[in-house]
Amino acid sequence: MKYGSEYRDPELAKALVAAIARDVEGFAGQMTLMEVCGTHTMSIYQHGIRSLLPAQVRLISGPGCPVCVTPIGYVDQAVAYARRPDTIITTFGDMIRVPGSTSNLQREKAQGADIRIVYSPLDALGIAEKNPDKSVVFLGVGFETTAPTVAGSLIEAEKRGLSNYYVLCAHKTMPTPMAALASDPELKVDGYICPAHVSAVIGSNAYQALVDDYAVPCVVTGFEPVDMLRGIQLLVRQVVAGEAKLECEYSRIVKPEGNRTAQAILERVFEPCDADWRGVGPIPASGLQLRAAYQKFNALSALPVEVEEPKEHEGCLCGEILKGKIGPKDCPLFRKACTPEYPVGACMVSSEGTCAAEYKYGNV
Amino acid sequence: MKNDIILLGHGSGGKLSHQLLDELIIPTLSQVARSEQNDAAVLEGIESKRIAFTTDSYVVDPIIFPGGNIGDLAINGTVNDLAMSGARPLAISVGLILEEGLLLEELREILEAMKLAADKAQVKIVTGDTKVVPRGKGDKIFINTSGIGVFDHDLKPVGSAAQPGDKVLINGSIGDHGMAVLASREGLELQSEIETDSAPLNAIVARLLEEHGAAIHVLRDPTRGGVATTLKEIALQSQVDICLAEEALPVNDAVAGACAILGLDPMFVANEGKLLVIVAADVADAALVTMQACEFGEQATMIGEVTEVSAGRVMMRTAIGGLRAIEMLAGEQLPRIC
Ligand code: SF4
Repeated sequence: MKYGSEYRDPELAKALVAAIARDVEGFAGQMTLMEVCGTHTMSIYQHGIRSLLPAQVRLISGPGCPVCVTPIGYVDQAVAYARRPDTIITTFGDMIRVPGSTSNLQREKAQGADIRIVYSPLDALGIAEKNPDKSVVFLGVGFETTAPTVAGSLIEAEKRGLSNYYVLCAHKTMPTPMAALASDPELKVDGYICPAHVSAVIGSNAYQALVDDYAVPCVVTGFEPVDMLRGIQLLVRQVVAGEAKLECEYSRIVKPEGNRTAQAILERVFEPCDADWRGVGPIPASGLQLRAAYQKFNALSALPVEVEEPKEHEGCLCGEILKGKIGPKDCPLFRKACTPEYPVGACMVSSEGTCAAEYKYGNV
Repeated sequence: MKNDIILLGHGSGGKLSHQLLDELIIPTLSQVARSEQNDAAVLEGIESKRIAFTTDSYVVDPIIFPGGNIGDLAINGTVNDLAMSGARPLAISVGLILEEGLLLEELREILEAMKLAADKAQVKIVTGDTKVVPRGKGDKIFINTSGIGVFDHDLKPVGSAAQPGDKVLINGSIGDHGMAVLASREGLELQSEIETDSAPLNAIVARLLEEHGAAIHVLRDPTRGGVATTLKEIALQSQVDICLAEEALPVNDAVAGACAILGLDPMFVANEGKLLVIVAADVADAALVTMQACEFGEQATMIGEVTEVSAGRVMMRTAIGGLRAIEMLAGEQLPRIC
C-alpha cells in the first residue's frame, strides 16, 4: 500500500516511537492521556498505537463520539418521529442502529417507517423539497464539525422558503466536557489529545482556558499515525517536565482562531444551551439550541410527539467508558451480550465508539 | 412498433416467452437447438467420484458497472465457488428474474457478458429459467446461478486446513469490486476509474493444485465481507492465528482514496476475482511463481502467515509497527454489492 503523505510514513512513525520511549526513560509514574475525538480513537486502534507505547503511557478515550454522548432519550424521540404519520426521518448512518429504550430506527424502518440515510443535511433539504406533503426531520447530532453544515441547511431552508424541514437538535460543543473531566479527581487526566476536525472550527486557542484553569497539558493533533505520535510525544514531554502548555501539532489545518466563517454560521443559527452528556451528565453551556429566528425549524416545538420514558439498558457501562473511567473490556457485557450485531449501548454501534473500536481491532 | 422492454407477458409461458427464449436468451447463452431442449439437462460421461455443487444469487445495484455487469458477475461467482473446492467447473444453470420494464438492450448486454464469461471459464450453461415480475416487485434483474464441478484429483483444500507456518497469498489488489459498484451508484459523486475485478479463477486453481498438490491447504475467494472476513472465517475453522503485514496488502490508489472518503476499510470490501491461498511455507515461493504465470494472477503476492494454534484470531502488523486485530464485520458494510 502506498502512503498518501509524510504523515503516514512508517519510518518517521517508527523513529517517533523510539523517541517517545527515550523521552519517558526514567519516568517512574504512570501518565494517562485522553483523546476526545472519535477519529483519534479509531486511529489509535487502527494503527495499533497502544501496542507501541511504553508502559508508563496509558491512552484512554473520552466523550469524543457524538452519537455515544447523545442521551438515550434522544433516540426515543427520533423513534417517536419515525412512527409519526407523513414524516420522513433523515440521518447520518451511524444513528440507525443506536439502541433506544425499547426500539431503534432500524427496527422502525423494517416496520415501515420512512427513514433515509443522508451524507449531508443538504440532502435532507432536497428530500423535503421533493416531498412537500411530508414533514422531514433531520437528526442533528454532532460537534462543531457537523453543526455548521446543519446551520447552513437551515439558512438555505429559509432562503428556499421550506416549511416542512425540521431539525431534532442535540448538537454539543467542545471543550466544555474536557473541563468537567479535568476536575474529576478519580480520573486524573495528565494530558489531553485535543480533537482534530473540531479544532479546525473552534481554533486551538479554545483550549487555553483549560490549560490555565486546570494546569493540564493540551495538544491539538491530526489523526494520521505520524500526527498522533507527534501529539503524544509533545504531551509526554510536557508531563515528564511537569509543564502544562497548549501546543498545536496540526497547524497545517488548525489555526489559533479557528474557522471564522464556520463560527459565524454557527453563531447566526445557534446559541449555547445546557446539555446532557450521556455518562458525564448535564454540563452548562455545552450544547447548541436554535435561536429564536430559527425556532420554526425546531422539530421539538413544531411537531410535538409523545415519547416513552427513557430507560438506559441494564448493565451497559457506556457512561463510565465515556468518562474514561473504565475500558470496554471492563464491561461484563462486552463481546458477550453486547456485540456489533446486537449492541446494547451506543458505544458498540457508532463507527467512532470506543466499544466498537475495541471489538473490531482490540483482540490482540 | 418494435418492443424494447420486458413485458409481463414475457413471463407468461406463452408466445412472448418463447420469443424471448428463442430469439434472445437461448441463442446468446447456449446455442442448444430447439429440438434438443428438454426439462432437464443431462450431463454425460462424468467419471469423478466426487461432485461439487453450489448456488448463488445476484442482486447487485446498479446492474451494469465499470468493468462488468451482473451477468459476468453471476457466472464468475459460481465458477469461483466451485473452483475454491478444488473442482473443475463443468456446467452451470441460470435463473433469471426480470422486472417488467427492463430494457431488452440491457438484458442483451448482460446475457452476452454471461456467455463470454462462461466461455472464458470453459464451463457450459446447460439449463435455465426465466420469470418476469411486475414493475416495482423486483429491481431490473436478479440472477441465480448454480454450478456443478468435477474433480480430477483427490485433493481437499478446505477452510480448516491452515497450519502454523503456512503463508497467505493473494492474486492481486483488494476491494476493487465493491468500490467499483459503490462508486457507480447514484448520489455518490466519486470520480474514479475503479473497475470490478470480476474474473474466473478456475485456471489458477487448477495450476496450483496440479503443481503443488496437497501443499495447497486452503483456497477461498474473499467476496462479501472482503479479505478480513474470509481470513477470520479460515482462522476460526482452522483454530489458528493469522498475521498480516499492512504494507504487503495490495490496494489500488483509487480504491484507497475512495475508501478514505467513505470511511471504509478495503479489507472489508468485496472482491469478485480474488483468491486467498494458504500454502505450506516450503512451497510458498513456488506457488507465487505459479500464480504469477496465470492470467488474473500476475499481481500475486504474499500478505501474511499463519502464526500459531489458537482460538482463531486475525491480526495486522500495521505499517508503523503496531498490532491490531481484525474482526468480522457486523451487518453489511455495503448492501447489494453482488
Ligand atoms: S460493551 Fe456494550 S454494554 Fe458494555 S459499555 Fe460498551 S456498549 Fe455498553
